[in-house]
Amino acid sequence: MKKLMLGNQAVARGLYEAGCRFVSSYPGTPSTEITEQAALYDEIYAEWAPNEKVAAESAVGASLAGARSFCAMKHVGFNVAADPLFTASYTGVNGGLVVCVADDPGMHSSQNEQDSRHYAIAAKLPMVEPSDSRECRDFVKAAYEISERFDTPAVLRTCTRVAHSQCLVELHARDEQALKPYERNPQKYVAAPANAVKRHVEVEKRMEALRTFAETTELNRVEMGDTAIGFVTSGTCYLYVKEAFPEASVLKLGLVNPLPVKRIADFAAKVERLIVVEELDGVIEEHLRRNGIRVDGGKDLFGYLGELSQNKIRVALGAALPAYKAYDETVPGRPPVMCPGCPHRGLFTVLSKLKLTVLGDIGCYTLGSGAPLNAVDSVLCMGASIGMAHGYTKMLGEEAAQHTVAVIGDSTFMHSGITGVVNLAYNKSIATVLVLDNSITGMTGHQQAEPHHGPDAAERAHLSY
Amino acid sequence: MTTSIMIVGVGGQGTLLASKLLGNVLIAQGYDVKLSEVHGMSQRGGSVVTYVKYGDKVYSPIVDQGEADYILSFEILESARWISYLKEGGVLLTNTQKTWPMPVITGAMEYPEGIVEKLSAMADVQAVDALKLAEQAGSPKAVNVVLIGVLSRRMDIPEEAWLKAIEETVPAKFLELNKKAFRLGREA
Repeated sequence: MKKLMLGNQAVARGLYEAGCRFVSSYPGTPSTEITEQAALYDEIYAEWAPNEKVAAESAVGASLAGARSFCAMKHVGFNVAADPLFTASYTGVNGGLVVCVADDPGMHSSQNEQDSRHYAIAAKLPMVEPSDSRECRDFVKAAYEISERFDTPAVLRTCTRVAHSQCLVELHARDEQALKPYERNPQKYVAAPANAVKRHVEVEKRMEALRTFAETTELNRVEMGDTAIGFVTSGTCYLYVKEAFPEASVLKLGLVNPLPVKRIADFAAKVERLIVVEELDGVIEEHLRRNGIRVDGGKDLFGYLGELSQNKIRVALGAALPAYKAYDETVPGRPPVMCPGCPHRGLFTVLSKLKLTVLGDIGCYTLGSGAPLNAVDSVLCMGASIGMAHGYTKMLGEEAAQHTVAVIGDSTFMHSGITGVVNLAYNKSIATVLVLDNSITGMTGHQQAEPHHGPDAAERAHLSY
Repeated sequence: MTTSIMIVGVGGQGTLLASKLLGNVLIAQGYDVKLSEVHGMSQRGGSVVTYVKYGDKVYSPIVDQGEADYILSFEILESARWISYLKEGGVLLTNTQKTWPMPVITGAMEYPEGIVEKLSAMADVQAVDALKLAEQAGSPKAVNVVLIGVLSRRMDIPEEAWLKAIEETVPAKFLELNKKAFRLGREA
């Protein structure tokens, strides 16, 4: 049976088919639907955690207990989860552990466009990158095999266009996985210096084995065509390349960390021009240059900003663009606004009238910064409003503190605002904090991801589908 | 050969259901189909766009400037915003409904006049008051299915296939209303 599936829905399908038993995540566009969809399978225990660090730690614990486990997050969520994951790289796994990180090139709904591939390199974790929904399902299964074979957490990297596109996926049965017995092994799982020194040796051996694996795995594949141009690419960029240059030769990389060397060099030798197509940073290109493989075009053609598309690739390589006519008058923009009836609207109106300095936070408060409210002075990251209000008022004193507030939502407060409040008390702060409790994680599409409210992920998912 | 359709509108107008319905029709016809949409901010009254592509084999999930065979627009200002995505010889099917965006509500900008006339000079345009037809069918919420009806006339797919997809996509208690909305759009 074939079904039209969202990339995120297909990741959840992959979890089901791979025998995954445990999912813990914090919502974040474009990763959110994975956990909502996983909750629909009775065989998977799925929950919302208060933040990505707790979600990752919970998944590591479930892996230790012998279950195939999983957590999903958006790219900036990996910043929060990085602490446990960098060391889980050293301890390795018991049951397979897959972490999905969803990048947002073009910042459709994010505060930056960091490239998560750097994390896989820095944490020495294998990373796979699917191009479409079918590969989302397939690569989840491949990631579990890699995780268990190489004793490591494995990372699945998606992006907005993969997560929120739909294509046909053939459904397969679930491959039920028994819990792997937990055996006490402090030398492996207690990351104290004496143990970790030895584990680092294992990590480097593992990377060496993975580099060998990268040379032969079917996750990477060559499609030979016209040899005038050969493209090296991955993920959604592969689809843009095929759309713009259907006849060209392509080396499609599905395993993006570690990258093969010989396989790319062999491909390079067969084509006249070697072009590297990747969104955001030049990770593949730098790998080629470091290994002495010639690159005839890469970041010099495509730059580091935003999303690519078939037309951007056509332009960069001097191909003709489809003709079009643009509307020749200015068209007013249509920015998103706060939901009708949201209590935040009234609050931001008052803050704006009082002309306060408002240190905002992640979530719908970004919508309070635009016209007509114009109420917010700063937004940095989850929980930052409270820490910033503390530092700001410490430096400017009581007079300024009377005209300054931190504004944070209930989900963000539980995520990472609460430690900021502990700091306010401990360091005798004069900052004022407004916690705006609208009983929902609104920005990501109304999840109940606040531990102080309502039903859990499984109940919510059943309610809303 | 890939055919590209863009569905554009304002968050909350039901563009996602329209693309789902269209996707179901195309799958039933045996095509390879890709749909692409952006979630998140678009839920809050922002400009929304969905790409629907079909053919023997579809690669890119997105439609670029000059590539759309059809643009199905739920709001006339959005038609102006996205017209550059229409290919030469492509067709714009647009609702004449106006929904003021925030810069117009606050008085910072004016809602442009004469959009339909301007667009008609640029491309093959069919403008329909889909809101009126939806109300005639029984609910203003049926604008999306009225517009699917408008699109259906242009595509070489039998009417029964559309009606079957409507049956599979909308809740049973709204089926008759939606079938009526579809027919009114198809005859517009």
